[in-house]
Amino acid sequence: MPSSRDVVFVDGVRTPFGRSGPKGLYAETRADDLVVRVIRELIRRNPGLPPERVDEVAIAATTQIGDQGLTIGRSAAVLAGLPKSVPGYAIDRMCAGAMTAVTTVAGGIAFGAYDVAIAGGVEHMGRHPMGEGVDPNPRFLSEKLVDPSALVMGMTAENLHDRYPSITKDRADAYAVLSQEKVAKAYADGKIQPDLVPTAIRTAEKGWGLAVQDEAPRPGTTAEALAGLKTPFRPHGNVTAGNSSGINDGATGCVVAAADVAAELGLSAKMRLVSYAFAGVDPEVMGVGPIPSTERALRLAGLDISDIGLFEINEAFAVQVLAFLEHFGIADDDPRVNPYGGAIAFGHPLASSGVRLMTQLARQFGERPDVRYGITTMCVGMGMGGTVIWENLA
Amino acid sequence: MSDIETWRALLSDRNADEVVTKALVRDVELPGGAGTMALITLDNGFDHTKPNTFGPHGLFALNGALSEIAARTDLVAVGVTGKPFIFGVGADLKGAAQVTSREEALAIGALGHHVFRRLGELGIPSFAFVNGAAMGGGLEIALHCTYRTISSGVPAVALPECFLGLVPGWGGTQLLPRLVGPANAIKLIIENPLSQNRMVKGAQAYELGVADALFEPADFLEESLRWAARVLQGAEQVSRPDHTAGDWDKTVADARFLVDLKLHGASPAPYRALDLIALARTASRDEGFAAEDEALADLLMSDELRAGLYAFDLVQRRAKRPAGAPDKALARKVTKVGVVGAGLMASQMALLFARRLEVPVVLTDLDQARLDKGVGYVHAEVDKLLAKGRISGDQANRLKALVTGSLTKDAFADADFVIEAVFEDLAVKKQVFAEVEAVVSAECVLATNTSSLSLTEMGADLKHPERLVGFHFFNPVAVMPLLEIIRGAATDDATLATAFAVGKSLKKSSVLVKDAPAFVVNRLLTRFMGEVITAVDEGTPLETAEHALDGLGLPMTPFALLQLVGPAVGMHVAGTLHEAFPDRFGVSANLAKLVASGKPGVYGADFSLDPEAVAFFAGGDRPSTAEQVRERVLGALSEEIRLMLEEGVVAAPQDIDLCMILGAGWPFHLGGITPYLDRSGHSRSRFLPPGVASLPA
Repeated sequence: MPSSRDVVFVDGVRTPFGRSGPKGLYAETRADDLVVRVIRELIRRNPGLPPERVDEVAIAATTQIGDQGLTIGRSAAVLAGLPKSVPGYAIDRMCAGAMTAVTTVAGGIAFGAYDVAIAGGVEHMGRHPMGEGVDPNPRFLSEKLVDPSALVMGMTAENLHDRYPSITKDRADAYAVLSQEKVAKAYADGKIQPDLVPTAIRTAEKGWGLAVQDEAPRPGTTAEALAGLKTPFRPHGNVTAGNSSGINDGATGCVVAAADVAAELGLSAKMRLVSYAFAGVDPEVMGVGPIPSTERALRLAGLDISDIGLFEINEAFAVQVLAFLEHFGIADDDPRVNPYGGAIAFGHPLASSGVRLMTQLARQFGERPDVRYGITTMCVGMGMGGTVIWENLA
Repeated sequence: MSDIETWRALLSDRNADEVVTKALVRDVELPGGAGTMALITLDNGFDHTKPNTFGPHGLFALNGALSEIAARTDLVAVGVTGKPFIFGVGADLKGAAQVTSREEALAIGALGHHVFRRLGELGIPSFAFVNGAAMGGGLEIALHCTYRTISSGVPAVALPECFLGLVPGWGGTQLLPRLVGPANAIKLIIENPLSQNRMVKGAQAYELGVADALFEPADFLEESLRWAARVLQGAEQVSRPDHTAGDWDKTVADARFLVDLKLHGASPAPYRALDLIALARTASRDEGFAAEDEALADLLMSDELRAGLYAFDLVQRRAKRPAGAPDKALARKVTKVGVVGAGLMASQMALLFARRLEVPVVLTDLDQARLDKGVGYVHAEVDKLLAKGRISGDQANRLKALVTGSLTKDAFADADFVIEAVFEDLAVKKQVFAEVEAVVSAECVLATNTSSLSLTEMGADLKHPERLVGFHFFNPVAVMPLLEIIRGAATDDATLATAFAVGKSLKKSSVLVKDAPAFVVNRLLTRFMGEVITAVDEGTPLETAEHALDGLGLPMTPFALLQLVGPAVGMHVAGTLHEAFPDRFGVSANLAKLVASGKPGVYGADFSLDPEAVAFFAGGDRPSTAEQVRERVLGALSEEIRLMLEEGVVAAPQDIDLCMILGAGWPFHLGGITPYLDRSGHSRSRFLPPGVASLPA
């Protein structure tokens, strides 16, 4: 058994992201069906990959009950028609679920336990609202292990504005407007559509339809419009629905493989995994998580922030992206950051988002052979950050 | 008034209970920039247990949706699909049964054509995405479309109209032969419906040419839409071979010959279907659809169809809720079954119990060799199921382990249900049950598979006669769907409820029958046979009597039936009935000669008459004509049924018909038998009021 092998990202896809709620795209669509759709499209798009060569299916979900329960990696693999010999499991690190699915199977591949794996995530926040069924231990508060605001993500974002007084609401809104503009342009330029899986949707009232694009983006959003939005987490606060990601439904998935096996099967490896890291921070300022995780991943890779040519950072909140940029001395509108826009426009179906970042980075790598390294990073509830550094193989 | 308004006025109030299938329309952006499709979802608002059907309001709804689509200029195609698991299963039969005039019947056909044909005449291509069960009018909707995809998960594709007494007259007889050729069309329109209404699955429908593409169910609609986009962009070519140049007329003629062999003209529907298929080779759409309208109108106004709809309702509804069955809650759990005897019938029962109940089944016999043979039979049958892929290796191991043999009845000690299948002799059966009762618990149900003996007499010496029940299977046990459940004078409700519950688990349709000689099916078949044999004994040529009833389209001629049952068994039952009703049931001395000869019947191995066997029946000097034989038999059946109803053998004529359909395979177009006896006048006073299984008065 080889002790370490190069791990590559072969291909990633996702369903269009919907707005959660009774009028959303996926109001009457099951979460596991979204995952099935993603797995089948990955198999179809990569004809060189015999389904029986998939050694693991790791699917993340934050709320693992109902249609997101039943060990969703395994159950979705069976529903997708993969051979019964292919195992699967469920995984959870809240917002970084899919990212953790990728790093975990990558660890298994590097160790030699797997050759090829499918990793992804799903969150149907309409069927499973944030916090559904949680039962926090009373010791969190009685022993002041965490601040009472730690479990409400919007409050942690407000807390981040306190920590970075220079990040004003105006800056956050301006960042959000830019994200919407970049998504609109990426759509217009056809950058997003190739990695979307058209997904059948049905409601009892309207019958069958087909989801072909993200529902959440609001093209034409202006700073003026955002300025008037309510700040639900704090009176006269900074965090609004406009400078945050929304409540969304969607699924993502990707094929990760040992570099030599990808070559053997003729799979087109797009990125090589260089390093990854997760880090913990105070839960009440979970948004700073990407800073220590990125520092650690850079250190493991022997790289400096200046070596990174493209950043895909999840936009749970504008303030959290701005804190990261401010820390590393990067401009708010640096073109290396989220060139196609981010979660403020696309939406953020919690556990699925990590693979969206990777899929978009892979496509940008394809367009920018001059760029050698890129990172995908995101903040995570309960005070964490995750970062994966990738090398461009284009 | 436009046609549609005329039809609305005529048909709107026809079936106030119509469950309306809506046509929900939603725009879909096709992949690859192929443009916008208007996608119609057929959905009656219920789950799959109530499938989409089409009555007038459903047709009006689809018409409205198509009108809105036709008025648009931004569409590249229209699609039609169903609700989950169901595409559409055809016309609203309840409504069809309520049609009272030919004018209405014509309107139903014409309205269906008017609406469905628009799918093929919109000026943009139409696609049917057959995601679930597609039958009758549902399948015809798909046939009207320019293209079709089908899911490999579709459990049933069929045009069952001929089974009921109709033709697929909303375009089916014209469109399908042109699409798949006459041979495959005849298979779906005629052969399958006349073979116990056989259905095909999605993949088979695709292989027959009904659909252009086959996709797996997991992402059937997405892949269908992708395929549609490729067709629209020219990336996918669909070939439409011309079948009209082949030997169309010969194919139809061959099929007509086979239909004749089976039906002898008894049911008009398959013949009309063949006429229409013949026409489809050259007819224009207008001509073909008009001919379908006429055929539908004629058939909708025929007693054969009304009898067919009645029969369909019996097997769909009454068979599932047996008249007179006690409260299900009284049934006791059955965790082990005993079978007394290890002969062929006993072995067949053991296999069925093991497969369906999945509990241990013990066969007993006095002779180790017979026991080994019985258990061996079961194991061999299990191996056959395994070889056919019907069960897995694990399941085969499980079933084999469930069925064991024992030389003593001690093995029944913990059984909850013991059934005997020993020699048809009252003393033998009483002896067997006495031995069983010595071993089993007081609640264990004792069941007898007797076909003619009195249950009450059989239980007379039991300590607990209340747990004895009749459980009469038909041969072959695994195939025949009927179970006559007989209540003896002492049988209690818990025993009866257990018997019905076991019957249901065995996937049989149970009918409650009073303890009367030979119960229902054997009594009527024996009366029927007895009259035919008496006519032959009297000097009617055997062949004349044998074919005197061909015009009914029964599954078998009388002497062929005798051969299947076995002359000895037939004579035994006749003897039992003769004892009970000597006036009406004779014992033929000629039949006794045939039995004594050991011959299997009057037919030889090549199905031609065996002159030696026929000779046993010679000597009569009062021959009847075929017509006289027919009158005699039908009069006798009417008399016997009347007496059975008076005796309370079953609750209603419907149960007689259900028994004859499921136990003897008597056809739908006769409605079993009583609707036919009513319409032919043999019943004198009617068994069923007009309109129940016939045209309304």
